[in-house]
Amino acid sequence: MTTSKHTTPPSGFTTRLHLDKHISRRFNAELEQVRSLVMDMGALVEQQVNDGLSALLNADLDLAEQVIIRDATVNAMELEIDEYCTQILARRQPAASDLRLIVSIIKSITDLERMGDEAVKFGKNAIKLAKGNFAEEEGARPLVELKHLGKHVSKTLHDALMAYEQMDVDMAIEIIKNDNIIDEEFDNISRLLVTKMMENPREIKNALRVTWCARALERIGDHTTNLCEYIIYLVEGKDVRHATIEQIKAKIKS
Amino acid sequence: MNNLNMTNNETSPKELGQIALTKTVGNIYADDAKMSIRNANVFYGNKEHGEKQAIHNVSLDLAKNQVTALIGPSGCGKSTFLRCLNRMNDTIDICRITGKFTLDNNDIYAKDLDPVLLRARVGMVFQKPNPFPKSIYDNVAYGPRIHGLTNNKAELDEVVETSLKKAGLFNEVKDRLKDPGTGLSGGQQQRLCIARTIAVSPEVILMDEPASALDPIATAIIEELIDELKEKYTIAIVTHSMQQAARVSQHTAYFHLGKLVEMGKTEDIFTRPSHKLTENYITGRFG
Repeated sequence: MTTSKHTTPPSGFTTRLHLDKHISRRFNAELEQVRSLVMDMGALVEQQVNDGLSALLNADLDLAEQVIIRDATVNAMELEIDEYCTQILARRQPAASDLRLIVSIIKSITDLERMGDEAVKFGKNAIKLAKGNFAEEEGARPLVELKHLGKHVSKTLHDALMAYEQMDVDMAIEIIKNDNIIDEEFDNISRLLVTKMMENPREIKNALRVTWCARALERIGDHTTNLCEYIIYLVEGKDVRHATIEQIKAKIKS
Repeated sequence: MNNLNMTNNETSPKELGQIALTKTVGNIYADDAKMSIRNANVFYGNKEHGEKQAIHNVSLDLAKNQVTALIGPSGCGKSTFLRCLNRMNDTIDICRITGKFTLDNNDIYAKDLDPVLLRARVGMVFQKPNPFPKSIYDNVAYGPRIHGLTNNKAELDEVVETSLKKAGLFNEVKDRLKDPGTGLSGGQQQRLCIARTIAVSPEVILMDEPASALDPIATAIIEELIDELKEKYTIAIVTHSMQQAARVSQHTAYFHLGKLVEMGKTEDIFTRPSHKLTENYITGRFG
């Protein structure tokens, strides 16, 4: 088991969930360890998304390669945390908030891993687009749009990880509420790219690649929303998946 | 959600005791209550030498044909409370009980009610298996005999056999019914005690840590049995094992310092308890 690189002092995560208050100090340590592993994985995935985007927008082939290679680390972390959680379930039989913590971590890392996979798509498409000379001429406009959406998604992911770290329910709700902005921007880019394809059929291949990247960004937004739903489940004990923002607020109040 | 306004779990146990004087959190009521207890108080000792209150104003229902688990740390009063339900505390001179206890809406502390007959309707199984120093057969036949429930040997034989079958013991002992009950293994002895309880056709079975002296296999067999028994009987079980409470019960009541802190569906208590004290207890935290 690797030791976490996470060095921040006990966060809102630990204090809000009273992770350090068990009679068994070893259990405290185990939960703290799994917490910081998840935060490490979150930080790595955030970096992957940002680097992938940067590689795509700047046609940086080296960075694109790095993102593709580094995905193996994300996958390995998923397996490690999964194993750690399985051990805790088997040995500690956690209940109540501890149980919700483990369940939501198991779910969270699936979403994080999938975000990692989306980041790889940026890397792969960055390489293909660079080879197709897309960035310079025809693609300029869609890439600008993509940059805008990318910034937004990246900020949302960052905020979600902050909310996760602090177990901040209000922030989580805010992020869920704003997910439709990402969806709208994605629709706009899609429309723009369809127009491009109609105008210049020779660019269809490249335009499709940009579409896939936009789609990847939209998916990252969805996974980010999932993370926020797990925060609410963890803190409030209410399952708010597949609920509208009004329903979520009502559930929390009930 | 949290009636007692607990803000953190740094509060000292003494303070917690005072705070917990207010209302029980969750739902104490059952749609179909077999037994209902309202404002139960239990005191030990006497006026001269000081009286100690073991149970403070506890109210709850036992839902018919369901299992209700009573959990809480040692000395929280859960066993004392359980013993009130078939007047086992009557045998203790210095014990004083107030409140209303009903079985099918009839007061079980009514003056004209014979506690012996009550205990035939509300049976009890204890922590340590306590078979009589008699044969397996006589252990089970004892209750029906003293209550005159059977008319002849053939009927008694049948009661013994069906009770042992319901307790999941018959196949293991059918060839040695004349052997002493004390010669069985711990798990078998406990099932013999359950058979003895069932033999007088009770309506409610109280279990005080019925599996805590047993190994995991014997425990699993007893838990499986509890699941089957609830089809016919209403069951209340005191247990120190949270996992056991989670496995066998439909309702869980959490006691703390003689008070009923929280009661609710078992599925809720173990995934999202409302009260900080319940949360702390079932997750093994301080407080």
